[in-house]
Amino acid sequence: MTQDTEKQEFNITVYTENQIGLLNRIAIIFTRRKINIDSLNTSPSEIERIHRFNIVITESEDVVRKLTRQIEKQVEVLKCYYHTNADVIWQEMALYKVSTDVIAEKVSVERLLRENGARVVVLRKDYTVFETTGHREETDNLISILQPYGLIEFVRSARVAIIKDSDGFNRKLREFERLEPGEDVIENEYLNQGQKVFTM
Amino acid sequence: MNNLPVQHAGAITEYMEAIQEILTEEKPTETGIEVSGSVALLEALIVEGVDTIFGYPGGAIMPIYDALFDYNDKLNHILVRHEQGGIHAGQGYARSSGKCGVVFATSGPGATNLVTGLADAQIDSTPLVCITGQVFAHLLGTDAFQETDVINITTPVTKWNYQVTDATEIPEVIAKAFYIARSGRPGPVLIDITKNAQIQLFNYKGYTPCNHIRSYRPKPIVRPQYIQQAAELINEAKKPFILFGQGVILGSAEQEFKAFVEKSGIPAAWTVLGAGAIPTDHPLNVGMLGMHGNYGPNVLTNECDVLIAIGMRFDDRVTGRLDKYAKQAKVIHLDIDPAEIDKNVKSTVPVWGDCKETLPLLTALVDEKQHTEWLAKFNDYTRQEVEQVIEKELNPTTAEMTMGEVIKQLNELTKGEAIIVTDVGQHQMVACRYAQFNNTRSNVTSGGLGTMGFALPAAIGAKFGAQDRTVVAIIGDGGFQMTCQELGTIMQSGIDVKIIILNNRFLGMVRQWQELFNSRRYSFVDIQSPDFVALAAAYRIPGKCIEDRKDLPSALNEMLSNKGSFLLEVMVTKENNVFPMVPQGCSVSEIRLK
Ligand SMILES: Cc1ncc(C[n+]2csc(CCOP(=O)(O)OP(=O)(O)O)c2C)c(N)n1
Repeated sequence: MTQDTEKQEFNITVYTENQIGLLNRIAIIFTRRKINIDSLNTSPSEIERIHRFNIVITESEDVVRKLTRQIEKQVEVLKCYYHTNADVIWQEMALYKVSTDVIAEKVSVERLLRENGARVVVLRKDYTVFETTGHREETDNLISILQPYGLIEFVRSARVAIIKDSDGFNRKLREFERLEPGEDVIENEYLNQGQKVFTM
Repeated sequence: MNNLPVQHAGAITEYMEAIQEILTEEKPTETGIEVSGSVALLEALIVEGVDTIFGYPGGAIMPIYDALFDYNDKLNHILVRHEQGGIHAGQGYARSSGKCGVVFATSGPGATNLVTGLADAQIDSTPLVCITGQVFAHLLGTDAFQETDVINITTPVTKWNYQVTDATEIPEVIAKAFYIARSGRPGPVLIDITKNAQIQLFNYKGYTPCNHIRSYRPKPIVRPQYIQQAAELINEAKKPFILFGQGVILGSAEQEFKAFVEKSGIPAAWTVLGAGAIPTDHPLNVGMLGMHGNYGPNVLTNECDVLIAIGMRFDDRVTGRLDKYAKQAKVIHLDIDPAEIDKNVKSTVPVWGDCKETLPLLTALVDEKQHTEWLAKFNDYTRQEVEQVIEKELNPTTAEMTMGEVIKQLNELTKGEAIIVTDVGQHQMVACRYAQFNNTRSNVTSGGLGTMGFALPAAIGAKFGAQDRTVVAIIGDGGFQMTCQELGTIMQSGIDVKIIILNNRFLGMVRQWQELFNSRRYSFVDIQSPDFVALAAAYRIPGKCIEDRKDLPSALNEMLSNKGSFLLEVMVTKENNVFPMVPQGCSVSEIRLK
């Protein structure tokens, strides 16, 4: 129980229909409880017409469990899961724009790239754009390295996370779509088969 | 046209242009008939079994009202006096009939006037489909005349909402709206239809009701292992206790519930919205839960060994202080909404599902029993409550009348058969505590939101939803003044609603709190009222005001036997308090009798 009430980062994964207004519906579940969203990524999933949200918040498991149930309750949400950082592989991508002159003169670019797993995306006379992907500390680290050399602009993406224990996810999602019955379906046919698709 | 205000004239020009545009479009050639979005909407309502609509017209919903003109014989539109009144009437209709309420409003102020009712319906799980007009799609986001972002304003207070900008979407969206509003845990749905979509002609191929949305699971799967575990806990229990809420009524599971209670022999107490799910005088009905509930049910919540919560959500007005709530008990929670399980009270056994399905499964597995000694404990507490609270309230010796004695007299005359609609405040708690309910769907009140102004319009709707029943609205002098313009709706529709105003010349419930917790600093609770009887008379509704106890029976009789609506104002004690009371922040065992 103590563990349940301790705050830590949680990764919330939501599969949804592609529907205008749904982002707001999901967002207000957090804002209503004055919970800050640390990171939010939404993008089409591998299945057509199904979107996937990755949301990161810092909260206790007890609260996160209740939030996921509220999210799942929304009509256009197919499924919602939550995981600790230990349960997922996650990455954030960052872009750094620096003056090419300064970089060429003062920095050992090769070492910089190797040590930070960065790569050059654009190389122009006036500026260079580096990209790196990693955890927050890693992308932060490159900021502090480049800062003295006149960092012009920096941007970081939201977190995307793959769930370690997600055997059969893609299959389940596909199955879910196939199960969409036609117009003349008898009521609750889906419910009877629901258990096979996603348990609740 | 020249006499119209400028913006109105502009709207009409736009309207004409839009029609021109549409009319010049090529007509579809396949089968199906060409209809406007407005006609498609009304056709959908008819297939869905709608007979009554509560609404108020305006610029952005005019095409729908124009179509409605031809549907007068099939759809009974009740013109209310304010959109809030319209939506509360829709709620009252839904609560008394078990059907889905339907409400129309125009864009902008019409739509924003719905918000209180939406919030009320959302928290009290009332099925509603609200249709709002919206400005032309090409004007969205331009701050057009009477444009408000209704979808975003109403998102937190609707189960689902959707904006239609193209008429072809209407049949499918309305089908979804009704399905979502009614199924699972019911709730309000709002559909915002832009004016162009209302006018737009399209090839209409009929209406198919919706019974499946792939991302939506109205009912969780019933898991037999939990039913089994629940039955084992119940069969071993020495002091089991049932708490029931509106879920029993919403699930039409009254019979299933009664069978469960009677076989298991377990005492059962109700939340405000659960009242009437089994008759008030059922021997196993031990009374009301919560802040102003009965003594025994509150105290014994903290003594029972197994707590069986059915279709209720452990509102803080029911639980009092949560960390001192039923900590000794194993909790079985039956609910259709998985998000309610473990939300406030951690359950030992979660029984997800529709209680109409789960209760019979559970009844089959529980032993037939009588808990005579345990039940006697409830009766002991009742005796104490009668002595210290109830007797004084129902059979007072004071010069002035109490609210309780009015309800008692009313019970005698209606014999518990009436639908009682209450507003919010002391009179609400008194009515819920003392009214007799023989039937389900008889207690219509704003439970979760506590919306003053609810009762008068809700009573109108309740009567439309149950025309063969007597509907009595019980309202405070404060709350009545929030929506008293709906007397106009009564006048015009000729509906028969009995109105009792319990006038204590105070915003009574707030005054009670100020007396008990703010050392009698009566800050802005002293409220003056108009001559209510004269006000009713202005709307051609007969009425009477009484101050003397001796006039009470005859006045109530006159009210009940009057053909048509009647307003009875009863002057009651100014400074009476509702007891028992679990003060806010206290545990249910700390309930006060005075
Ligand atoms: C719309 C709204 N505003 C304010 C309140 C707060 N409130 C709750 S009870 C109450 C007093 C109600 O007074 P009255 O209608 O005279 O009924 P009484 O309590 O005297 O029976 C008030 C102001 C509320 N519930 N709803």
